[in-house]
Parts: sequence; structure tokens; C-alpha cells
Amino acid sequence: MESHLQHNPDLTSSVVFGLGWVYLLLFVLNAAWVRRSFALDGNVRLSLGGLLGKGQEIPVASIWAIYCAMLLMVSVSHLTGSNNAQSFLLRMPEFLKAPINAASNPVAFFVGSTTIFIAMIVFRSVWTTPTAGWILLNFSLLFMTLSITDYDFRQIVGKPDNVPIVGMLYIVGFFTWLAFKKSVENDNRRAAGRPLIEQENNEKVLTWPDLVYTELICMVVITAILIAWGIVLQAPLEEPASAAKTPNPSKAPWYFLGLQEMLVYFDPWMAGVVLPSVILVGLMAIPYIDFNKLGNGYYTFNERKFAIVTFMFGFLPLWVAMIVLGTFLRGPNWNFFSPYEYWDVHKLELLNNINVSEWFWLSVMGRQLPVAPSDAALPVKIGYILLREWLGLVLVAAYLFALPPLMAATVFRKFFTKMGFLRYMVLANLMLFMMSLPIKMVLRWAANLKYIVAIPEWFFNI
Amino acid sequence: MSVGDYIRGSQIWKSIFRHPAPVDRRNRIVVMLTNFFLHLHPVSIKQQGIALSYTWCMGGITFFLFLVETITGVLLMFYYRPTLQFAFNDILALRDVTTLGIMREVHRWGAHAMVITVWLHMYRVFLTGSYKPPREFNWVIGVLLLVLTLLLSFTGYLLPWDQLAIWAITVGSNMARATPFLGYEGPGAQLLNIGGYDLITSGSDARFLLLGGRFVSEATLNRFYILHCVAIPLVVSLLIAIHFWRVRKDGGISQPL
Repeated sequence: MESHLQHNPDLTSSVVFGLGWVYLLLFVLNAAWVRRSFALDGNVRLSLGGLLGKGQEIPVASIWAIYCAMLLMVSVSHLTGSNNAQSFLLRMPEFLKAPINAASNPVAFFVGSTTIFIAMIVFRSVWTTPTAGWILLNFSLLFMTLSITDYDFRQIVGKPDNVPIVGMLYIVGFFTWLAFKKSVENDNRRAAGRPLIEQENNEKVLTWPDLVYTELICMVVITAILIAWGIVLQAPLEEPASAAKTPNPSKAPWYFLGLQEMLVYFDPWMAGVVLPSVILVGLMAIPYIDFNKLGNGYYTFNERKFAIVTFMFGFLPLWVAMIVLGTFLRGPNWNFFSPYEYWDVHKLELLNNINVSEWFWLSVMGRQLPVAPSDAALPVKIGYILLREWLGLVLVAAYLFALPPLMAATVFRKFFTKMGFLRYMVLANLMLFMMSLPIKMVLRWAANLKYIVAIPEWFFNI
Repeated sequence: MSVGDYIRGSQIWKSIFRHPAPVDRRNRIVVMLTNFFLHLHPVSIKQQGIALSYTWCMGGITFFLFLVETITGVLLMFYYRPTLQFAFNDILALRDVTTLGIMREVHRWGAHAMVITVWLHMYRVFLTGSYKPPREFNWVIGVLLLVLTLLLSFTGYLLPWDQLAIWAITVGSNMARATPFLGYEGPGAQLLNIGGYDLITSGSDARFLLLGGRFVSEATLNRFYILHCVAIPLVVSLLIAIHFWRVRKDGGISQPL
């Protein structure tokens, strides 16, 4: 009976067949890994919870080989079982889908990505070892291949224009891993007083052939990838444009979806104009406010902690993760949908958000919002609006004007003395603008806050 | 004497290349100095400055993708007509009947890839501190190129004139009407009036300027087409030239002088 309630639980044979090839690729990659592991000849002590007494030394390569063999079997079963896709058993189990769906919401998403970000920095020497990186890659790929068996997941992730985002996630992940790996290595070398990676083998070589050939090979590879991509995946073309039929959801191009996601928390003039402008000005300002002379021309973390953490926080949880949220998890009416959830147009979300002014006048003072008499003169009307919103205005003014000097006297004391007034003020304001998004998010979730300052009369809502 | 030797010994060949093949040290130096395309590079270069694991090659790939986009874009321009009558059908024909219609696929996926490689290039430049003196200004140019890359992609998004296109552009350009002072739903726009006559209306604000109308229409298609195919690429080409020139003048891609 339950299957009737599911919107479309179907697996198609082409999906199963395609997954078979993905598993085969995964098998080949892991076979190479087994070979590497075998060459390194490492051992691991296996005790199976005391079952083997003091434990048994076994080669690491054998564990990878078992995993590898399993991948091959999974692959073959996909490739041969694809004509009976409806009853194919290897799919994302419901007992995993249910908790993932239940735990998914914007709060969990942002808190989760921020937590991962912090863990990534704290445990940077752990997860940047080749083995850890390989395990992470395998986990994420298996999560992906298993999730593809879910109909709703496949509908969203498999959209042609969304495929680059999946690719981007792996690429960004890989390069973040690589950068951290090199940073950890360099920081260790610095601590031991050895020359950095970038200082070793750094003689001058002739551009022809050393650079010219690399470039040539890069061009050939990129061309091949683009053509293969173009053959496998057709560029999207939907129905002819019609001003009368508004799609739901209507989404901006994927690289702007982080900004569109900000519309949940800010009005268009902030999310669409002010904050993007501040992001760009802030990016351009970076070389002029970063007074740290260290870390020029080599990977490091310890020597530029503040700069790297700030930049990465902006790039990973606030930009890339927001794009993922906006693309994959925001459905009709910009409602949040879990990864394996059907995009139901009729899903309702209660919105009981209140403004600071409403909270102050209605809840604290126990009276109506102050409203100017309809025949009042303009200055009186303005006065009433300012009176209504006084608390929010004071809060925003305090945030923008009182916090920078306060931070200069406390947490940013060193920065202030080293940077001077102007540079420091630019830095402080950029930081405040950047943090305004997470702050507004948390206030929305914790206190149902809509606007701190709400003056719709002037289109001025913050 | 083989045919190859005959060609390489001919006056035509020598007039083009002016020196023997770059097989020995001397000619490998000469080739970098005499070839227009190669002279972007220095003759010799620090080994770590070209190590793939250091540079990720993302800047170079971005530039190459720009070239790919230019070439495929020009080919598409031969075929595509930016009018309400033809735009969608031309794209449809590119997909279904036109020889080399795959140019559209390569163009679109290349555009997506270029956005990603620009980000990664910036990521690498940041993480290696390569924006530090003396390269501050080149970073600024890089940020401008990032913006222009996004705008190139955004303007191109409209051209297929399907549902995906016009609504993505509608959502994106709706932001412009909330521009402070310059959008008719932006804070401060009401202040800009003379004698009770509003200067900023839905027919005169930033969004109108962008779209050439009050909503996404044929005028928008024309505007975005010209921005996408002519105006922005021209600016990008100029900035790329400055970007590369500054890399050379600032002493390579990275590390203090």
C-alpha cells in the first residue's frame, strides 16, 4: 500500500546501467589505490573487539582489496541487473533516507556546514593525509551514487544546469584539501626549521618546454572534457519563453543562488544590491587591509590564520554552501525541501515573523504601533515613523558605529594599532557586513525576527 | 632532402618563424622572444611558479575557456538571431538539426566551467598570498574580471529565450528595482523628485536601464545580446591584457620580488 503514496519511486534501467559504469570507474580508481597501498606495505592491527585475542597484523592493502572487490560486484550487478530496474535492490535504504530528511532544514544546514568548516580547520592535520582524503572521497561518491537511486533527489541533481554544481563541489573540495595539505606540510617544515615546499627545487627553468607543454596538455584535456561533456549532456532548453507562465520556483542562474537565498533574510535592496556591492568592494580591498607580510608565495595556515579563516568562511559556508542550499534544497515558493523529498507546490510553511518594532510596541509596551494621523504634515509623519522604529534604528546604528571602536579596544586591538584608523574601519565594516547574514539567520531561527528596522513606506527594511 | 626540411628551409617558413625549431637551448630562448603568442611568457621561470600542485593552472584554464567561449560564440553568432521570432527556434535547430550544433553545448558548459575556474583561481591566489605587494592592483583587476565573467554568463543566460532564460533574468534583474535611490522600489528613490514629480519610476529606474523596458522583452534580448557578444568581451579582453601584463611587470604570478 505504501508504495502508492510515494510520488514516483521508480528506478529506470538507464539509471541503474549508468550507475554500474560509475561503480566500475570507482572500482578502477580503488584498484589503483590498492596498488599504491600494496607498494607502501603498511599494516594495521585488527582485533575485532577481542575476537582475535591480542589482534592480528594484516596489510592495509588487503582491506582496500576487499572493498575493491565489493565495488566490482556492485558494478557487475548494476550492469547485468539493469533490465529489471523496478525491483532492483541496491538503492538508498529508507532507514537512511528518513533520518536525513527529518534532520534537514535551513538551520541544520547552516549550522552543519559551519560546524564542518570549523572541524576542517581544527583537524586539518588529520583529514589532509592521503588515506583520509581518499576515504572522504569514497564516502561522498558512495553517498552520491546511492542517493541517485532516489527519484526526487535525481530530479533535482540531474537537471543539466545543476550538474556543474555537483562537479564544483568535488573540485572545490579537492582543492581545499590540497591547499590544507600543503599548508600543514609547510607549517610543519617551518616549525622544524626546514625549507618550505615552494623553496625546494626552485631553480629557474626554460619556459619552453617546461611551461609551454603543460599549457598545451591542459588545453587538450580541457577541450576533450568539454566535448565529452557536450556529447553526454545536452544543454537545457525548456519551453519557449512565456511572460504569462511563471515557473515555481523561479530561480536565478546557479552562481547567484547564494544571493537569492539571502532574500529569505534580507529585502532585495540589501540582498541584491548592497551586500553584493560590499562583497565586491571587500574583495578588492583585501590587499590593502591585509598588512601581514608573511605567507606571500607559499601555502601556510599558521602564519595567516585570520585572513584564511575569514576568506574561507566567506567562500565555503556563506557562498558555496548557500548555492547548494538555493539550488538543491529550495523548491516551490522557495520553501525548504529535504534531499529525498518531493517538491510539492502545496507545501505550506508557517511564517509568523515579527519586526523589532512590533515586538517592542506590542509585547513590551503593550500598546499599538504609533501611527501618524492621516492629515498630519510630512515632518510629523516622519517623526512618527522614526518613533515607531526607534529601537531598530538604534540597534543598527550601534552595530555599525559603536561596534567598530568597541572591537578596536578589545578583540581587534592589535589590528587597530597596526593598521591605523582608515584601514581598520574598512576592515571592521566589511566584517560587520559579512557577519550580518549569519546574525540575521540566527535571529530569524531563534526569535522569528523579520526586520530589525521595518519602514516599508520608504522601502527601507533591514 | 626531405619535404619537411624543404619547407623549413623555404623563404615563407623563415619569414614566419625566423629561427630554427626550439630543440636546443639557444632556440628555446629565441622562440620565447620572437613568437608573438609566446612572448606573454618570460624566457625562463621559477620551477615552483609553474608546479601544477601550486598553481592549479586555474588562471590559465580560465583564459583558455575564454578563448573557447569566443570561438564557439562567434560560430553561434553566425546562426542565432536575437529576435522574439527567431531566438528560441534557432536554439532549437542548433540542438536538433544543425551540423556542429554541439557548439552550443560546448559554449554553455564552458561558461559554467569558466565561472568555477575563476573562483578557484581566486581561491588559489588568496591562499598563496599572491595578492600581497607588489601585486595588490592585479588582484583588483582580477576581481573586476570575476564580476565580468559572471555578467557574461548572466547576459548569455537570456539568449535561448526559453522559460529557464527569461525567468532567471527576471529574478536576477528584479534586484535592480530595489537599488537605493536608483530603483523605484529602492530606499531613497522617493527623495529624488522635483516639485512632486518623481524622477525614479518604473519607466526610468536602474531596472528599466538594464532591461530596456518594464519587463524582460525583445528590447532586453537585444540589449543582453550586444552586452554578451560585444560590450563585455571587449572590456574583458582589455582587462585580461592588463592582468597578464601586470603579472609580468610584477615579477611573476607569486612570491615577493
